[in-house]
Amino acid sequence: MNNLSSISYFLPEFLIIITSLFVIVFDLVSLKKSNDILIGLGLACIAFLLYQLPKNGGEIFHGMLINDSFSYYFKWLILISTTSIIIVSKYSKELDLEYKTEFNALILFVLLGMFLMTNSIDLLMIYLSIELVSIPSYILAGILKNDKKSNEASLKYVIFGSFASGLMLFGLSWLYGISGSTNIYDIYQSIAMIDNPYMIYMSLMLILIGFGYKISMAPLHYWTPDVYEGSPTIVTAFFSVAPKVAGFAILIRTFFIVFTGSNSLVVDAIPLDGINWTLIIAVLSAVTMSIGNLLALKQDNVKRMLAYSTISHVGFMLMAFSTASIDGIIGIMFYLTLYMFMNLSAFFIVIHVENNFNAENIDQWGGMGYKSPVLAIFMLLSLVSLAGLPPTSGFVGKVYLFRTLFATEQFYWLGIIAILNSVISLYYYFKIVKSMYFDESDIKEEENTPLPLYLIIILFSSQNILFYMYWSPLYNYITSLFR
Amino acid sequence: MEKSILSLLIFLPVLGAIIMLPVSKYIKIPNVIKYIALGTTGLQLLLAGWLYMNFDASLSVMESPFTIQVEWIKHFNIEYFIGIDGLSIPMVLLTALLSFVCILASWNIDKKILGYFSLFLLLDAGMMGVFLSLDFFLFYIFWEVMLLPMYFLIGIWGGPQRHYAAIKFFLYTLFGSLFMLLAMIGLYYFTIPFNDGIGTFNLIKLIELAPQIDAQLWGYNVQWLLWISLFIGFAIKVPIFPFHTWLPLAHVEAPTAISVILAGVLLKMGTYGLLRISYPLLPGEVVAFAYTLAILGVINILWGALNAIAQIDMKKMVAYSSVSHMGYVLLGMAAVVSPSAAGAEAGMNGAVMQMFNHGTITAMLFLLVGVLYDQTHHRWIVYPENHDNQDLAGKLGFGGLASQMPIYSACVALAFFAGLGLPALSGFISEALCFIGGFSAFKLLTVIGTLGILLNAIYFLRAYQRVFLGPLNKAYEKLEDINTRELATVVPIAFLVLLFGVYPKPLVDMVSSAISSLISIIQGAI
Repeated sequence: MNNLSSISYFLPEFLIIITSLFVIVFDLVSLKKSNDILIGLGLACIAFLLYQLPKNGGEIFHGMLINDSFSYYFKWLILISTTSIIIVSKYSKELDLEYKTEFNALILFVLLGMFLMTNSIDLLMIYLSIELVSIPSYILAGILKNDKKSNEASLKYVIFGSFASGLMLFGLSWLYGISGSTNIYDIYQSIAMIDNPYMIYMSLMLILIGFGYKISMAPLHYWTPDVYEGSPTIVTAFFSVAPKVAGFAILIRTFFIVFTGSNSLVVDAIPLDGINWTLIIAVLSAVTMSIGNLLALKQDNVKRMLAYSTISHVGFMLMAFSTASIDGIIGIMFYLTLYMFMNLSAFFIVIHVENNFNAENIDQWGGMGYKSPVLAIFMLLSLVSLAGLPPTSGFVGKVYLFRTLFATEQFYWLGIIAILNSVISLYYYFKIVKSMYFDESDIKEEENTPLPLYLIIILFSSQNILFYMYWSPLYNYITSLFR
Repeated sequence: MEKSILSLLIFLPVLGAIIMLPVSKYIKIPNVIKYIALGTTGLQLLLAGWLYMNFDASLSVMESPFTIQVEWIKHFNIEYFIGIDGLSIPMVLLTALLSFVCILASWNIDKKILGYFSLFLLLDAGMMGVFLSLDFFLFYIFWEVMLLPMYFLIGIWGGPQRHYAAIKFFLYTLFGSLFMLLAMIGLYYFTIPFNDGIGTFNLIKLIELAPQIDAQLWGYNVQWLLWISLFIGFAIKVPIFPFHTWLPLAHVEAPTAISVILAGVLLKMGTYGLLRISYPLLPGEVVAFAYTLAILGVINILWGALNAIAQIDMKKMVAYSSVSHMGYVLLGMAAVVSPSAAGAEAGMNGAVMQMFNHGTITAMLFLLVGVLYDQTHHRWIVYPENHDNQDLAGKLGFGGLASQMPIYSACVALAFFAGLGLPALSGFISEALCFIGGFSAFKLLTVIGTLGILLNAIYFLRAYQRVFLGPLNKAYEKLEDINTRELATVVPIAFLVLLFGVYPKPLVDMVSSAISSLISIIQGAI
């Protein structure tokens, strides 16, 4: 499709650009107070434009991007999580008021990058979209400019990120070298004819490094705990969900189209002859979830612990990805949806607790179950959900991840490792529960929860029960996208 | 009524728990929460009684008028499928009875009342759900739903080591149940080829489908792997040696009523699960595994009893006696492969009856230990050598209480004698049946197992002598005898112990037809 007619399929992204620019302009011309309205209006319009977007628009901009139902769904996840982050950021005491504009603008840039990540089908776009997410993220991590930890987080993130994206770029250039094209569908055509698997392995591994760093897959997870701990909590909440969603989108699309014999996201894929990448993913999945869980055991800092828990959840989702099946993709999309809600609600409650009680470590959560009973129950729900136990939706999500192994009849050993990991994860999630309910605390502090924050927490937490009682509609919707 | 009674049994406690929340806030009558809990469980007990009156043991689950089968999650073929048969009705009655009794026994809880009673009711709902579910997915969900309330009940209201006990209980059980989850999904997918390409969690349907699985995995038969994963899940709950180490800790640290539930109901879930799921679904593996199961049963009997002998804490002694008594159940269950039909029947009937009888007897034991503890705040039979108060170290904890608390002592005597299997009390009949069954199949093992009876007698009688007989310990001259409320918790259970000791027919009638169909499934696989 040519550039001009492509624009009508590009409207949400277009509006993100306009909104983010206006946010900056409004700040310059001292209209700071209207910024909230502007962003709210902008996001609402983006949501509307996304809603009316045709689900299967096909390739746009001469095969640079693609609009399909796969990217459509991921965009919704990204938009919902980002919107909630922007709303909650208003109530975070950590963020200095002075930087609110920069924060909003940067988040919107990242949002644009993540949208592009979900629908890039060209090597250049893949690289650019990842960088468009990464570079504002570095700044977001260091947005507390007088805070040492925040600075450290930002620096570590920059160094690690540029290293990983450099390697990825190298991998992408290999891919271009062996196929002579940058469009992944064209690459798929020519890559099947190459009989030297080492060249393909080389590019595959290098590309995996770039994507793996984005989703914090082991052994590229080292930046995660430090960055998550150092960044302001609201930014950590953002990092732990939205870029992971986008990272999975790009990982799934690229690997399914380039490195399998199917050329499409709609049918089960078989890895290219001689390229056994599913086994690599399976091993990395086992390593990722084990490392995430084992290191989380020792953490006392809530944010750091949740960072490691994010790593282990990524490992769980990679488990489904390693089956290279439609069932696996659906399982990941289903789990990502639930994970987004439960993880964000946990983080928002952490923000609330930090605002009110200044608690960073787990033992400072002592007696929270009696100090703010309602929020503590929601926290409990979210933690149980993260641990994957009934009666919460996290359990359902986990069952669907497990079942992909059985449905495709491979990697049963991975299921056993995953089960052992579930048991471990319970221990550290319940360190918080133990602190909240078993430890007494006589500190009585005035609690002040802004209504919007409260509503978002309730909305996001209640899904833990709702999607546990009846998850058919969500699952059927995701399945219908693949028809 | 018939269609809704089983759902009512499960969800009535949930309703009670929900009602408590507004009531605790707006209605300021003392003990109103306790009365709601009592009313809910009382109503549940009445419903269970009505169910028992209308229960027809000769009907199979599918013919029973109580069965409900409703679609829940269509694409995964999960059903809300609950029903009752001879295997589950004793457990349902036991659960309803013990829940009611335990609410009474928890009357002097004074810390975080709302939390305690609402969690207790949720636990009650979970237990009922496990015993009534006939869909594996539903079964698993109820099985796991119980963990959370139990974790809090031990961790908040328990003894000094409660935090450690709570998380240990939780981790152990979760470890087992996650293997069960794998087996559940495995059963679903491996039976797809035999069911027109549709997977199912329906436990009744799976009885026909599961034995047809003939796939191999890692060089093992898939049926064998399924059996092992299920077995790990259930063995931890029973608990079967060497998975039993969570039990003494959890039982001792939990408050009295929760110990009763743990020992009386939760342990039975392990053996119930084996009988409900592993036995009918994988009969071939049962036959192959029976000898191992019998060995494990005998180890349980002896190991539990020997440990109980070594205990100087009364509650810990009772906890280890549970390990021993569950060993009888395992031995009786293993006897299903017996070459003589009568032996198999005796063993299996004995096992199911022992599940019920141990539930009542151990409940009585824990309740009575709790009564003493409430007054004296310790339960040492003999003070330990490293006791804080060096004057007391190594001395008898009590002594001569029989003269001070005659009614209480009589109750304890009854409970202890029931525990050691005295004839004319219910424990005797079921234990004897287990041994008869066991002997017909495994002669030597059963002979070794009977040593357990002797060992049981040693610790129960010695404890009784040390605590109740002899001269009265001067420190306890002011002790009051058991009060009416406490007596009300013990008497109904004692009545059942006596009744089923002399007239076990109602119990046998309830279970026998379900048992014989189970036996014929297993015997068909030999």
